[in-house]
Amino acid sequence: MGEIKSLRDLPARHILGTGTPMCAGCGGLESLHELYDLTGDKNLIVNAAGCMTLLSVYPCTPFPGSWLYTAMASAPAGAQGVRDGLDILLKKGRLRKDEDLAVIVLTGDGSAYGMGLSATSAAIDRRLDFLYLCYDNEGYGNTGQQYSAATPHGARTATSRSGLGHFGFKKDLFAIWAAHQPCYLATVVGAEPLDLARKVEKAKSMKGPRLLLSLAPCPTGWDYEPSRTVEIGKLAVATGVWPLKEFHDGQVVHTKIPRPRLPVERYLETQGRFAHLFGPSRNDKLLAEIQAGVDGYWRQIEAKGEGG
Amino acid sequence: MSRELLTGNGAAAWGARLARVDYLPAFPITPQTEIIETCQNWIDAGLMDCRMVTLESEHSMLTAAGSAAATGVRVFTATSSQGLLYATEMIYTVAGWRVPLVLVNVSRGLSSPITLEPDHNDVLAMRDSGFLQIHCATCQEVLDHMLIAYRLSEDERVRLPVIVNQDGFYLSFTREPVDIPSQQQATRFLPDYLPSAIRFSGSRPLSEGVAVLGGPAYSYFRYQSHLASLEGLSVYRELCSQFEKIFGRSYAPVDAYQTDDAEIVFVMIGSFATKAREAVDRLRQAGFRVGLARPRLLRPFPVDDLARALAGKRGVAVIDQNLSTGRGGVLHMELASALYSRPDRPQVILSFIGGLGGRDIAPEEFYEMAKITGEAATRGETPPPRLLYTEEELREVRKLQAVARAGRGGGPWEK
Repeated sequence: MGEIKSLRDLPARHILGTGTPMCAGCGGLESLHELYDLTGDKNLIVNAAGCMTLLSVYPCTPFPGSWLYTAMASAPAGAQGVRDGLDILLKKGRLRKDEDLAVIVLTGDGSAYGMGLSATSAAIDRRLDFLYLCYDNEGYGNTGQQYSAATPHGARTATSRSGLGHFGFKKDLFAIWAAHQPCYLATVVGAEPLDLARKVEKAKSMKGPRLLLSLAPCPTGWDYEPSRTVEIGKLAVATGVWPLKEFHDGQVVHTKIPRPRLPVERYLETQGRFAHLFGPSRNDKLLAEIQAGVDGYWRQIEAKGEGG
Repeated sequence: MSRELLTGNGAAAWGARLARVDYLPAFPITPQTEIIETCQNWIDAGLMDCRMVTLESEHSMLTAAGSAAATGVRVFTATSSQGLLYATEMIYTVAGWRVPLVLVNVSRGLSSPITLEPDHNDVLAMRDSGFLQIHCATCQEVLDHMLIAYRLSEDERVRLPVIVNQDGFYLSFTREPVDIPSQQQATRFLPDYLPSAIRFSGSRPLSEGVAVLGGPAYSYFRYQSHLASLEGLSVYRELCSQFEKIFGRSYAPVDAYQTDDAEIVFVMIGSFATKAREAVDRLRQAGFRVGLARPRLLRPFPVDDLARALAGKRGVAVIDQNLSTGRGGVLHMELASALYSRPDRPQVILSFIGGLGGRDIAPEEFYEMAKITGEAATRGETPPPRLLYTEEELREVRKLQAVARAGRGGGPWEK
């Protein structure tokens, strides 16, 4: 893959098979497609329990490469075992260099933000050479969208159905991962394929722990028409709700700064999970709070000069 | 070959070294830690060509162990008690992957209350996982069964991971003279691991651990593991005869001691069985026809070997170093169900619970158990399960309770 300057430089063909059991309009699958087209098939996906576990159901798989399902908490430890195993085989001359595989961890936010955080933290400590893609659909999507540590404040989920929505605030996993000083870390979204591709290419060029946190708009969990996945992904960026950024060499750089930033409402009103903010009576206070949270983030970024 | 004084942990480490393991995912836990420390020291000294990685939990440790085994390297790992329980999800998962590896469990009682000394509730909690289980009574047996376990695990008729179990403290920290085979001898018995079809590589994509939907596919794969485990019995016998030819030490699924003419037979697993063996000698000197049947294999369960050793006996005393709360001793249940349909089954099968949390079993208690079992056979009545516990022990616990109460300063519920 040469330098990616425009959409024309992106792979023309998807190599991940179709006909999977993912929901129509799955934003997670969108980013996985885009990533997989760039990584190719000489890799092994180590998966944790989540929606994507259902990609490989015996006897079918959409992956032309290899796959290993582990458990919800320990996909990065699975990556450790495979990477170490491959390295041992290479070192002892029992595997040809051209038979080597890249190791990719694939989990949802349920695993990444919670149960699997300890295993991820330790894998970064050990400087494991792996790529991690987290598809963040902001809830336990595979079980019907209960709130997780990734659920944004105010969102209605299967376990936060009251008029106020989710009481908690989305955990800043990017900052937690960045504190571990991985080689590379970035946020992405499938609706911005150029930005995603540049980041995947950058990650591919490095060795060590590399992590991609992808916002994954989820028609069933967020309650919107599947055809709007790309639009909603773009709005997440344009309203500043999902900052596109990367961490490398101790620096955070924002790769796409929304100027001017659209009001957060434009993003929220697209999704049924925020419908209670707009009717039957408008919750101006909560809407203002959410807007203030986003404004605060960007003010801080401008102040620090991290804007890139 | 050399003869050295080794602890059970030392014997396990030697076993891993002689098995030329490639990979050792580790996590420290008492009383297992000496095993991984010993291996790391050998690795640092260039005596072991192995990569050891300390994971952040036993759950991750088992995940890494299974994943590496699926990649095609020979894997060793070790844990104990709470660690084994913490890894339980992956114990089942990895067994389902049908990848070979050996795990040494150093048995230790389970929380709560948290404790250090041994009993078998930890390893028996893994009974139904798909891991084969070998229970050792001596340090020599630990070392030898490390080599046997790798052959068993890697055998294409089995392809299941194996737990080699030894008791914490009583065996893990007890020095016994152990014959350490030469590397040449060990390699003759256990050659290089050939992963054949089970391995990840660039040119041959492989999906492992995939989901199945629906009962028929699930049942098929689960039952296949069961059949493979059962196959382990004849493979184990085959391996033991090969082992004997090279090393001169013979093993069988059941260690039957003085059972041929015995009227009463003790049945127990692990290192406490050496106490029973000693008791058998003493009781025989006193004129009692007693014996000991000690299953080395718990999974697969050596039903026929046990039935043979116990055929036509007056009574059997099963001493369980575990407790299935609300039911009783696990080994007793296993044995009773295995023998029930045999026409020549023993007249009575009694259940004793002893050795919980490392509680010792005294010689006179073996005498008492033999006596009670003999009387039960005469009466043709099986008494209820009994906990081995003395009045002196109860007095000691009462004292502890008094201290605990004194510290609390009493209350309306106190007398």
